Amino acid sequence: MENPLSPHLQIYRLQITSVMSILHRVSGVVTSLGSIILVTWLLALGLGEEALNFINSIFFSFLGRAVLIGFTLAVCFNVLNDIRHLFWDYGYGFSLNAVKISGWLIIISSISLTVLIWLFAYEVI
Amino acid sequence: MVKFNLPDNSKLTKGDYFKSDIGSKNIKKFQIYRWSPEDERNPRMDTYEVDMNSCGPMVLDAVMKIKNEIDSSLTFRRSCREGICGSCAMNIDGTNTLACTKAINDVKGDIKIYPLPHMPVIKDLITNLKSLYTQLKSIKPWLHSKKTQATDVENIQSKEERSKLDGLYECILCACCSTSCPSYWWNSDKYLGPAVLLQSYRWLQDSRDEERKERLKELDDTFKVYRCHTIMNCTQACPKGLNPAEAIAGIKRMISQQS
Repeated sequence: MENPLSPHLQIYRLQITSVMSILHRVSGVVTSLGSIILVTWLLALGLGEEALNFINSIFFSFLGRAVLIGFTLAVCFNVLNDIRHLFWDYGYGFSLNAVKISGWLIIISSISLTVLIWLFAYEVI
Repeated sequence: MVKFNLPDNSKLTKGDYFKSDIGSKNIKKFQIYRWSPEDERNPRMDTYEVDMNSCGPMVLDAVMKIKNEIDSSLTFRRSCREGICGSCAMNIDGTNTLACTKAINDVKGDIKIYPLPHMPVIKDLITNLKSLYTQLKSIKPWLHSKKTQATDVENIQSKEERSKLDGLYECILCACCSTSCPSYWWNSDKYLGPAVLLQSYRWLQDSRDEERKERLKELDDTFKVYRCHTIMNCTQACPKGLNPAEAIAGIKRMISQQS
């Protein structure tokens, strides 16, 4: 009988290290896809008032806002974690403590940043 | 290739339950991965009740107790029982570590033990590490000298030069780090992985080595080093407290500074 492959993803404990990495990948994909939203809005802007009103009505719907908030969160997380990667590239922040602290710091600050951005957005609206 | 699911022949099934008949109130349950080529069936999880009143403090003590007193067919590697040989590396309670230095009391509830992740299983907790050793060989882990004749002079290192090897030379090649790395799981055919790269960095940092350029050139391709995405599972797993991720970042810097 052929040798089995030992279990991996199924059994390995989720840790701040691997969770941050997979969130970085996911937020990167969301950021790329989200840029389509941005381009659509710019396109509508160029097409005139009617198109813009139509797009805005979608964006301002409950679902639209939820998607935009998710997009904002992804961008914030991705940018902040990119800065963390820059520090690593220079050789800083490799101790386990530093990794755990910087990881949680990015999770907390990307959420706070998103909240701040949307508070500002609602203020403007 | 990234394949999240296990192949059909590797999917886990429910195994046997070995009840303790000692009547002890201090019982700990160990769920252990079992597979033997003679079984002609999928791997299973056997559960053993172990009396903690008559067991040593480490996970390896319990595993040996199971083999000695409950089920002699249980197969695993072990040798020094003090964290210096690297034989008893396995996945305990979801992370890779040495069974001999992992305290039973550090795990709440049942203790689950699997072989090192994403490796071909030879039997029970023994995985085939051949591919990892081949990769180790590929980085030529020995001192390279251009001198062809023996000299009477010692090959001297300053204290500063020697200190650069601290945190690198202590590696015991247990493979806990490499098999904790998702990037190594998906690309173990082309990516060298943390254990081998830490060894590589150990020789790159050696002041006596005379082939630094050649070594760096050899490493400079898209897969060997650069599949490291600084996930840091390796550093988290290392039972010797070393930092393979930092070493890999060091290699990346050396490559970029050279060109």
